[in-house]
Amino acid sequence: MALLDVVDLKTHFFTRDGVVRAVDGVSFTVEPGRTLGIVGESGSGKSVTALSIMGLIPKPPAKIVEGKVLFEGRDLTTLSERQLEDVRGRQISMIFQDPMTSLNPTLTIGTQIVETVRRHFDVSKAQARKRAVELLEEVQIPNAAGRLDDYPHRYSGGMRQRVMIAIALSCNPKLLIADEPTTALDVTVQAQVLDLLEDLRAQHEMAMIIITHDMGVVAEAADDIVVMYAGQIVEQAPVLELFDHPEHPYTEALLAALPQLEGHGIREGRLTAIPGRPPDLIAPPPACRFAPRCPYANDRDGCATHPPELRELRTGHWVRSQHPASERTRAGAGVPA
Amino acid sequence: MNEPLLQVKDLNKWFPVKKGLLIERTVDHVRAVDGVSFDVAEGETLGLVGESGSGKSTTGYCILQLLEPSSGSISFMGQELTELGREGLRRARRDMQIVFQDPYSSLDPRMTVGDTVGEPLQIHGVGTRRDRTAKVRELLDVVGFNPGFVNRYPHEFSGGQRQRIGIARALALSPKLIICDEPVSALDVSIQAQILNLLKDLQGEFGLTYVFIAHDLAVVRAMSDRIAVMNRGKIVELGPAETVYEQPREAYTQALLSAVPVPDPRAMKQRRQERRRLRHALAPEG
Repeated sequence: MALLDVVDLKTHFFTRDGVVRAVDGVSFTVEPGRTLGIVGESGSGKSVTALSIMGLIPKPPAKIVEGKVLFEGRDLTTLSERQLEDVRGRQISMIFQDPMTSLNPTLTIGTQIVETVRRHFDVSKAQARKRAVELLEEVQIPNAAGRLDDYPHRYSGGMRQRVMIAIALSCNPKLLIADEPTTALDVTVQAQVLDLLEDLRAQHEMAMIIITHDMGVVAEAADDIVVMYAGQIVEQAPVLELFDHPEHPYTEALLAALPQLEGHGIREGRLTAIPGRPPDLIAPPPACRFAPRCPYANDRDGCATHPPELRELRTGHWVRSQHPASERTRAGAGVPA
Repeated sequence: MNEPLLQVKDLNKWFPVKKGLLIERTVDHVRAVDGVSFDVAEGETLGLVGESGSGKSTTGYCILQLLEPSSGSISFMGQELTELGREGLRRARRDMQIVFQDPYSSLDPRMTVGDTVGEPLQIHGVGTRRDRTAKVRELLDVVGFNPGFVNRYPHEFSGGQRQRIGIARALALSPKLIICDEPVSALDVSIQAQILNLLKDLQGEFGLTYVFIAHDLAVVRAMSDRIAVMNRGKIVELGPAETVYEQPREAYTQALLSAVPVPDPRAMKQRRQERRRLRHALAPEG
């Protein structure tokens, strides 16, 4: 059985301007011990998906209007807030992009870890403090015992994110959801935090969902990848398969738009930009949501009239498009309009 | 060879660290920029890359005299900027402009698109009112922004569109030099590519010279002829883009490059091993 099974999740925001279909029919599974990467640009619905799993979406205006979030077979969307609180932290933990705003600036690092430990375990203050030091050592904070009584502002951005990881791990969760965990960090610190996450994931035999806009980060960290666009999954595949044979025109375009670190003629060349911008999710395109920006979209194939289903092109490789790369080359219709 | 358009020599910018409540004393200095020197030729792009606190943006602000350098020389089109008075600087600034990182906070929300782009023309008294209106529409057209929207306000537009407005404003006075300070770091990848291409096109069309400041190593590579890697206020390594990135001499540059996640899972495995090795070799403090 999958550890997490998200089934046809729909999270909508009911705003004055209309219903924003932020997450619109998303399904995926996470197996124990594996890392799923969810990649997409702003507004793709990747963070709302994570918050929906955790039951942390702001209600109102948001509401899960359809779908299930099965964690070890139990549907989290049906739980009360009280029951959810026991799942959060204990079973599923989450870390966020900005470690400065996730920590309380008026409490010491130690107090914040002790609080979490004692919320979930019946231990004395002294025992919880001892556990806090162990946790800080585990995330490689130098001189952990000496830094326990410091306030968050005394920690650098990378160290704060380590503290958040320590808090997230304090109850040995089975699943860690990391929402843009390294986006606010410098590149060398990002590398350290990603290495740490991978080491800890292996040691604790956790599963992980890593949410990011950075194709490089998922290439490094994920076993399986979900690509989101405009509230839907457009492509889903194991990591090597996805990067070796990207199928969806959006995935291809996203990869082509990335500047290269190495090679010739980089300075002289132009980047392959994606024209236009992501759609308004109050009134998304009627059928394929990428159609208005897609070089292969045309009336003949019903791109604007028939919503494409997510279909399995090869074992484990799913794509939502009338024009996946492999079918284009076979048909010899690979010339964009 | 011609004299470079911009010459920065031994530039220093120290910020005082003050202590005391009533009587403030300067107890120390933060050396934000510490002995930085480089030349930029006309039509060239020099990339300044580094992590936060490396001094790359402070260097950019000092060049434009938006911050007063503590010491050092900045020579632009043969003029020593640090010795210019108010009026001299005002004239020099026609030829050097800046594009900021955040297209959300760098545009005045109470000014229309047209006024934002036209303001530099007005300040410098260029042409008649009618000339300026025509020029604004022309500028917006050049940066790929619908000139029909001159009377709208910035909040009505997306990040990419706002950055186009910022670029149009920077182009208004036909400058020679544009300092691009993290111009795409607030933008999504698909929009980022549009703006980088636009900057490349404008450079070709108008013979612009760029100092391109960014923390994203691949973005800097895409734009730059030569690249200076900065760390703790100093230039660690400076050279042609390809040399610096593909045969880096300094351990710091190597560590920086090996930390970049690249969209290639097989290469990432190797990079991960390589950077663990480098991290041990560099043995960072704390």
